Amino acid sequence: MQKTVSLTVNGKPVSATVEGRTLLVQLLREQLGLTGTHVGCDTSQCGACVVHVDGEAVKACTLLAVQADGHSVLTIEGVATGDTLHPMQEAFRNNHALQCGFCTPGMVMSALDLVKNNPNPTEREIREYLEGNLCRCTGYHNIVLAIAEGAAVMRGEPAPNVYGTAAE
Amino acid sequence: MATIGTPVRRREDFRFLTGGGTYTDDINRPGQLYAYILRSQHAHARIGGIDTAPAQRSSGVVAVYTGQDMTADGVGGLPCGWQIHSKDGSPMAEPPHPVLAVDRVRYVGDPVAVVIADTLALARDAAELVNVNYAEEPAAIDPVAALQPGAPQVNSEASGNLCYDWQLGDLAAVESAFAKATRIVRLDLANNRLVPNAMEPRAAIGEFNRATGEYTLYTTSQNPHVIRLLMGAFVLHIPEARLRVVAPDVGGGFGSKIYHYPEEAIVTWAAGKVHRPVKWTAERSESFISDAHGRDHVTHVELALDAQGKFLALKVSTVANLGAYLSTFAPAIPTYLYGTLLAGTYTTPAIYCETKAVFTNTVPIDAYRGAGRPEATFVLERIVDLAADEIGMDPAELRRRNFIPKDAYPYQTPVALQYDSGDYAATLELALKAADYQGFESRRREAMGRGKLRGIGIATYIEACGIAPSAVVGSLGARAGLYESAEVRVHPTGSVSVLTGTHSHGQGHETTFSQLVADTFGIPIDNVEIVHGDTDKIPYGMGTYGSRSIAVGGTAIVKAMDKVIAKGRKIAAHLLEAAEADVEFKDGKFTVAGTDRSRTLGEVALTAYVPHNYPIDELEPGLDETAFYDPKNFTFPSGAYIAEVEIDLETGQVAVVNFTASDDFGRIINPLIVAGQVHGGLAQGIGQALLEGCVYDKASGQLLTGSYNDYAMPRADDLPTFALSTNTTLCTHNPLGVKGCGEAGAIGAPAAITNALVDALKPLGVRHLDMPATSEKLWRTIQQHRAPIAAE
Amino acid sequence: MYEFNYHQPTSLDEVARLLGANEEAKIVAGGMTLVPTLKFRLAKPSDLVDLVGISSLRGITDAGDALVIGAMTRHAEVERSPLVKQGIPALAALAHVIGDPAVRNRGTIGGSISNNDPAADYPAAVVGLGGTVQTTRREIAADNFFTGMFETALDRTEIVTAVRLPKPQAACYMKFKNPASRYAIVGVFVARTGGGVRVAVTGAGPCVFRVPEMEAALARSFTPDAIKDIAIPQDGLNSDIHASAEYRAHLVGVMARRAVAGCG
Repeated sequence: MQKTVSLTVNGKPVSATVEGRTLLVQLLREQLGLTGTHVGCDTSQCGACVVHVDGEAVKACTLLAVQADGHSVLTIEGVATGDTLHPMQEAFRNNHALQCGFCTPGMVMSALDLVKNNPNPTEREIREYLEGNLCRCTGYHNIVLAIAEGAAVMRGEPAPNVYGTAAE
Repeated sequence: MATIGTPVRRREDFRFLTGGGTYTDDINRPGQLYAYILRSQHAHARIGGIDTAPAQRSSGVVAVYTGQDMTADGVGGLPCGWQIHSKDGSPMAEPPHPVLAVDRVRYVGDPVAVVIADTLALARDAAELVNVNYAEEPAAIDPVAALQPGAPQVNSEASGNLCYDWQLGDLAAVESAFAKATRIVRLDLANNRLVPNAMEPRAAIGEFNRATGEYTLYTTSQNPHVIRLLMGAFVLHIPEARLRVVAPDVGGGFGSKIYHYPEEAIVTWAAGKVHRPVKWTAERSESFISDAHGRDHVTHVELALDAQGKFLALKVSTVANLGAYLSTFAPAIPTYLYGTLLAGTYTTPAIYCETKAVFTNTVPIDAYRGAGRPEATFVLERIVDLAADEIGMDPAELRRRNFIPKDAYPYQTPVALQYDSGDYAATLELALKAADYQGFESRRREAMGRGKLRGIGIATYIEACGIAPSAVVGSLGARAGLYESAEVRVHPTGSVSVLTGTHSHGQGHETTFSQLVADTFGIPIDNVEIVHGDTDKIPYGMGTYGSRSIAVGGTAIVKAMDKVIAKGRKIAAHLLEAAEADVEFKDGKFTVAGTDRSRTLGEVALTAYVPHNYPIDELEPGLDETAFYDPKNFTFPSGAYIAEVEIDLETGQVAVVNFTASDDFGRIINPLIVAGQVHGGLAQGIGQALLEGCVYDKASGQLLTGSYNDYAMPRADDLPTFALSTNTTLCTHNPLGVKGCGEAGAIGAPAAITNALVDALKPLGVRHLDMPATSEKLWRTIQQHRAPIAAE
Repeated sequence: MYEFNYHQPTSLDEVARLLGANEEAKIVAGGMTLVPTLKFRLAKPSDLVDLVGISSLRGITDAGDALVIGAMTRHAEVERSPLVKQGIPALAALAHVIGDPAVRNRGTIGGSISNNDPAADYPAAVVGLGGTVQTTRREIAADNFFTGMFETALDRTEIVTAVRLPKPQAACYMKFKNPASRYAIVGVFVARTGGGVRVAVTGAGPCVFRVPEMEAALARSFTPDAIKDIAIPQDGLNSDIHASAEYRAHLVGVMARRAVAGCG
């Protein structure tokens, strides 16, 4: 079954023809060329594919493209403003919260979802919220620091700068 | 501004944080087709025949190929890069490893056929129509059972499934020391089989240009030149000049992306057949049965001590599982990366190790983060802890008594290695203090009041990194050199490109290497570009594994920069009308000593490329130098880890409540990146100790832990915040004094956690626990040991 | 995935028509179990009928002594709902430990109970609270709704529209998670209600079940100690690489006692 879907992706209206079985992540990566959203597993657990649909974090590997018809999708490509990183992205950078970068888009999208629902999360709450995001590189230590910093900056507080990093 | 030693933020982060990375699966080539690989669902079966006709006719299918098609086309088997010899001098059994199975499948996941179609979905639809006539045979799954007489035979070339029976060390000296010992401590243990699970699944795109006859392979590799050599020379017979291998952004490796895999050869060969690009991307469940696994040892260890607790001798006997075929570097892991590490941080004068490597009907096993060294560390640090318990000595004190003293370097171990530097006692003291080791017993008591058994565990480790020199590894059976290359290309206006043979798949080379260059040349980091991962661009290099990038690759960059500076001094001397000997290079300037006359690197570079006023009779134009560096020795990072755990008495569930790591990595270029490497290694080590482990059905050979639903990956809420510190002694034989940091956490953590668990269970009389220490395993252990206590 | 036709009807009548016309059609609610199943080609429906467009199936209403939760209400809505936090806080807490945040943003209560995965969380709450499942045809008491592993009392074309959950005096859900999948190895929902104490267990067996012996003991004395000597027989319990039947039986006792303690 071919179907034409129309949706908003990163603020721009797009249309595409998909099969019933086309996953949202396939539409994004293969048809719209938005390859920042990754696929790291086939059991909906790794979270590398997390995007926002109508402002809520979802796993784009577990949603059909047709289910996003008429909805608004935000991917990692739409988070920064031009060359200016979002405070959460900046916090990931300050805290070396990414290594190979593969899980990173999903981590950032989940982090933003967390802060939307809980602007001042504790370390425990951050760790629990990441239940659906696997990272094999960082041991999560710096991701947890980054999300705490990103949340603080989004609340209007200064960045803690745990590592004393400076602009290069 | 000096950047070495400062936490410079990573240059690669911007692209990864904005979705701008380019991983292999992000690449799409014009006219690209998709490959689906049909894999064996049987652990062991004869292939009676394969009917591909219905699949060939299926919608969108361009081609279906089997092992016979590839063999008929002259495609060779996958080569092994290391040859081990047995005790009796005979070479290891080396069975052929066809790219696609020909007459027999030997593990669940063994590739059998490839379907190439317009879309992946169509390829997969058609794969269901490929009819393979299997005749199932009994399978050898358990490595110890596979060595027993009458066990099913995996490969006819390896009688009794034995690949080799290797030894290292002086058995007579060990036996004599055992005869004199006051106490002998014995333990049987296993090192659990793991799946590396880099978050990016492997992928490969093959491409063939009919006009030029050139092949290109995009692949998720840690070492593109090694893949080009192995695939070009041994499998597809394509000369280097007509084969380009590109490893773009790679989403983690941990060893699993070192090896030359069948899929790389399949897509490259098939692209040449169908004259269109062919793409393959693993699904995660496919990764579980096609990525090389790690570890899987069964070991008996004995330690002899004298009355003062000094170690007299160590004897280790190991059965190592290799899986169904030899993966690229598999034979080296349970031998020269394992037995040689059994001295650890201790002065044990006599050591003997023997390893029987065995084929089984399981996924091939090869190096996974640490590779041999975590297994050696686990053996050693468990037996040391057990010895401390048996002689009633504090485990920290027993270690202190046996540490190699800091004034003993260079220190020759009885298992072939010569350590160049270290200070293990100081590193341990640093960790003990940071972990408040002294105050532990009150924490144990407090936890008991909450129904928790709390324990503390120490592990020290040493690793051999920056693997080399080539002559030494060659004499030990390596079929490749282990140097590294670098080209430093100073452009006419003074910006610099560094072409390195190492590969970054998370390690942050674009930042660390840039720091090296920026500091040496006195230029801003932004003026430095690091190029890696493309055999058409970079000089022949060996890639990244074994924590070698900074120690070997970084040194190659230093050597190339030295050449640039040497040439630059000549040019500057000419420009400044001074003697070359009087020109020094400092802070980005060539200066006549004792004067203010100088030329910047940029000025010298411009002169080199616009040689109007130039010593053209003595010097060639240009400022572009290549260096190959072959180290004189391994580097020896070391450390002391302390874990603190709590076990829920009622459920057996474990929480890691504190983890302290003190490491000696030599000089640290970027502390931010080093901390990240330690964190990640610790997570994998804690994962091995508590969560991860492959379970095969012993009868059917099915992998029961074949997805994230059953293979427990460490998550954020499984892990604590880590407390890190470093105690630095410099490596003595490379100019940077660096040792490497990539594997440390994975090496030291399993033993630290297990020692902590056994310590927690000490009141119950438990002497050992195998990994992973799952809740049920702990609950059962508590039940079994409680019963006699209750009865008393 | 095999290819299928996708439908997004806006009325239950239209759903009935689509299901009636296509023998091999399947209903999709949140899709958090179905889509992964389709990806592994473990099911081959001709048609997918998505209930997302039927707005009447979504929402939480306070019916005085009970909450009525629409079938298409997502776990995240239950988790964050002030009505649920007020009326049945244990249910909000349970919703908070289902899957992960992204799954909770899509998964629905109706989908969860209709699928009746033996390790799902919601069946424990629906049975533990003595709820009633409202369908397109009838009302089914929770005790009669969950009939076996992945089986319910629903006919093929019958759809859950809402779940009515009486507000308990106190309740608590304790979950022992599978370290890999994070589903329940054992989950125990304990509720003290006007009609007595209910203890419902998920994860341990092929289908959610009650433990009458514990309920009786707790009715006499609502304390953890009251059930400490009650052994759960391991016969018929699930056994896999993560937990044997014996361990699960033991965990039922531990989680039940902790749930009683958690009722405060």
